[in-house]
Amino acid sequence: MLHGPVIVLSAFAYLGLLFAIAFYADKRADAGRSIIASPYVYSLSLAVYATAWTFYGSVGRAASDGVGFLPIYIGPTLMIALWWLVMRKILRISKQNRITSLADFIASRYGKSAALAGLVTVIAVIGILPYISLQLKAISTSYSILVQYPEVVMPDQPGAHTVGVGGDTAFWVALILAAFTIAFGTRHLDAAEHHQGMVAAIAFESLVKLLAFLAVGVFVTFGLFNGFGDLFGRAVQVPQLQAMMAPFGGVAGGYASWAWLTFLSMMAIMFLPRQFQVTVIENLDEKHLNKAIWLFPLYMLAINVFVLPIAFGGLLRFPDGTVDADTFVLTLPMAEKQELLALLVFIGGLSAATGMVIVETIALSTMVCNDLVMPVLLRLRGLRLNQQPDLTGLLLGIRRGAIVAILLLGYLYFRLAGEAYALVSIGLISFAAVAQFAPVVLGGIFWKGGTRRGALCGLIAGFGVWFYTLMLPAIARSGWLPIGVLEDGPMGIGLLKPLALFGLGGLDQITHAMIWSMIANVGAYVGLSLAAAPSAAEHRQASLFVDVFRQGGETGGGARFWRGTASVPDLQNLLARFLGAAAAEEALREYAAARGRRWPEQAIEADAELVHYVEMQLAGALGSASARVMVASVSKEEALTLEEVREVLDEASQVVAYSHRLEQKSSELEAATAELRAANERLQELDRMKDDFVSTVTHELRTPLTSIRAFTQILYENPDVDLEQRVKFLGIITRETERLTRLINQVLDLAKIESGRAEWHETRLDLREVVADTVTGMSQVFEERNIKVDMRIPERMAAVRADVDRIIQVMLNLLSNAAKFCEPGSGRIEIVMSEASGALRVDVRDNGPGIDPADQRVIFDKFRQGGDTLTAKPRGTGLGLHISRQIVEHFGGRMWVESHPGHGACFSFTLPT
Amino acid sequence: MGGTEGRGPRMVALCMLGVVLFNFPILALFNAPAMLFGVPLLYVYMFAAWAALIVLMALVAED
Repeated sequence: MLHGPVIVLSAFAYLGLLFAIAFYADKRADAGRSIIASPYVYSLSLAVYATAWTFYGSVGRAASDGVGFLPIYIGPTLMIALWWLVMRKILRISKQNRITSLADFIASRYGKSAALAGLVTVIAVIGILPYISLQLKAISTSYSILVQYPEVVMPDQPGAHTVGVGGDTAFWVALILAAFTIAFGTRHLDAAEHHQGMVAAIAFESLVKLLAFLAVGVFVTFGLFNGFGDLFGRAVQVPQLQAMMAPFGGVAGGYASWAWLTFLSMMAIMFLPRQFQVTVIENLDEKHLNKAIWLFPLYMLAINVFVLPIAFGGLLRFPDGTVDADTFVLTLPMAEKQELLALLVFIGGLSAATGMVIVETIALSTMVCNDLVMPVLLRLRGLRLNQQPDLTGLLLGIRRGAIVAILLLGYLYFRLAGEAYALVSIGLISFAAVAQFAPVVLGGIFWKGGTRRGALCGLIAGFGVWFYTLMLPAIARSGWLPIGVLEDGPMGIGLLKPLALFGLGGLDQITHAMIWSMIANVGAYVGLSLAAAPSAAEHRQASLFVDVFRQGGETGGGARFWRGTASVPDLQNLLARFLGAAAAEEALREYAAARGRRWPEQAIEADAELVHYVEMQLAGALGSASARVMVASVSKEEALTLEEVREVLDEASQVVAYSHRLEQKSSELEAATAELRAANERLQELDRMKDDFVSTVTHELRTPLTSIRAFTQILYENPDVDLEQRVKFLGIITRETERLTRLINQVLDLAKIESGRAEWHETRLDLREVVADTVTGMSQVFEERNIKVDMRIPERMAAVRADVDRIIQVMLNLLSNAAKFCEPGSGRIEIVMSEASGALRVDVRDNGPGIDPADQRVIFDKFRQGGDTLTAKPRGTGLGLHISRQIVEHFGGRMWVESHPGHGACFSFTLPT
Repeated sequence: MGGTEGRGPRMVALCMLGVVLFNFPILALFNAPAMLFGVPLLYVYMFAAWAALIVLMALVAED
């Protein structure tokens, strides 16, 4: 069933489907209804990280050292946790500066240096070649194996270059992929380098490879075996497999290598050109990062769950070692005669490999075109490119050529060195190469001191060591160099052995290379950056990058640094040459519309902002270094000196400082206003209270006055009132007068206390004496009303500081209240004193009618009394309790009441000792 | 809770937690030929710790 034509046809059908998806997504994007503007599509597109390496190679790695494949996925998970700090900054910088690639990013940071852009491009292309060859190898191997179905036969073994290039599957795979990528990524030129169709297709591919891999995993675990327990249970019987379940040996070997692999993958997830492309360049919205931060690690977890079961399953199924572990994913279904599953696996592997190749070559071709070829062509005056009316065709041509060249170079590497290594080992060489970008990028966005010279030398040093310790051995092992170079060192110098540089042995190849290359790279970068001060352009770019979150606006304030003259028509022609006339017109119209100006511009002279805008537009198509050269060619720019750049920056920071101060002042003002408002409200409240007080007092005064006047009038008008009646009336008049006097005294007293003019004579006093004296003084009243008084006073009590007369006033008030409300004859008053937690407490309990709960809350207020004051005759002035509480509180104590209606009331107060 | 303000420090803390969980000496504790639920202990630990880290990152990122 699975003949060559069927497989090839399926592969092409799959590629066709991809193309259709990309085409549809591009159409939708043109119509302004993007299907990729979603955090889920964004997260899936990041999964282009999982290539044929993951799909086939992880199982191969797991079959040789157990968990050794995992750092490649745990590292990125750790790095992504830092993305909130690092990637958000890179995203913001790239959007403000219209960065088109990793090379552009680095060059732009270090003063828009064309040399640096070229160097980064060269490193990236050479470094990635092994990685591309890995994909070619995976596709061609999987095809060669699948076409043998139902036999499981390994293709030609390493070194057997018996087939010519024309008969080699990998060669045709390279060519087909080149054609496909060209159709995919270079159909037209986008000023922002967005490839929405490509992103949609990549997201789809991520789904396909995940489903295919999970399908094999489920088949092996639950079809071939009875679940995880059965599989691992059988594996543990084999001594060789049992050893892999606890694979870490000594600390130096196992754990160090594990840690370096983790670090390497942390850098790879940031600096692989294709990851930079999908994460940064293709990003449509910074907010998509929030979901990607956990969705993408989740994807990696899912695609790794079945790696070990498949690896162990393969080792158990093919115990004699004739089948390469890198092919278990494919050969297990084939050995079990699962035709469709095998075909699905082939398609899954194809999608993993094509996804990588498409994005990687598009990213690299952009770099080759913008950062390597164009700067050279633009400098060659003989070509007269400056006079060409439209260069878009040339740009696309260079990119297409670059794609073909990169894939053919990848194939070349595959022929030269690729077959001597397992998939993962090939990929790790590329990881180590891109890790060389880490110091200049991370240093560049957090440290203003990094200079162009430091970056150039750091990269050269790091890349040089990488080439010597990783690339050279790969070439030598394939027989293209005498193997003696590895074993004895070049020219027999043992200290220079590429695998044990300066005698550092006992480490695995990657750890060894990473240690030396990082020392060289970081050392040169930091050392040379500190050795000489940065130039004006470097200083400017450094501050634009490092302080990106402090700059507002879309352009990030880059226009501040431009001084010179340029004409509007010149700038428009320049844009038209690289973007096409219509796109140039459109871009300028947008610019004018965004600033509320009319287009065409009336002014012939362009201002700094327009020049900067044109440069940014060009940077989108050409890269920042070339754009700078092109704008300079049509304008007369006055070079800023370092001093001037500093001034501009200082001005900016002064403006920031001013606005900070302004903000501070305005918040202070707000606070002051709020305080004033509160004070005003308080005053109004006091005023209202005063009015209330006056009207209540006059009302209270009128009640006794009315009754006095009424009775005097009766006596005056009726002289013949009998004696008994006369005595009764005069008694009432006397009582009312007394009440009036008491009221006036209390009002005066209250006024003094509240205004703070009251005189307080504080002395140390024994509260027991005061209470006892007061009770004795009132004994007459109690006897009259036949009320029993109980006192419970402890033997010893601490002294308090208070005014004797005032405390007597409080006690008198409480006792007379109690006496007033007790039934004569059966009344009982209980006075209890106690001492607790630094305060003396006095309780005065009566057995009167008690106080209604609603009244309990108000009886301490001015002129409030218990009971219904409208119907019943008032039995007090309504000021006594209020004054008592004021006095107690003045000495730092508390006064309150507890009462249940019908069961008497208990007034209590405390005074601190 | 903390909005975007606290997200940066929390994410850095999670990264450091991950570095500790997936390195010597914590790894060495689980590097034993034992089985848990019929699966080698080291693998159970790796995937469980990894999943827990992802859950925490999701909680912080979506806060």
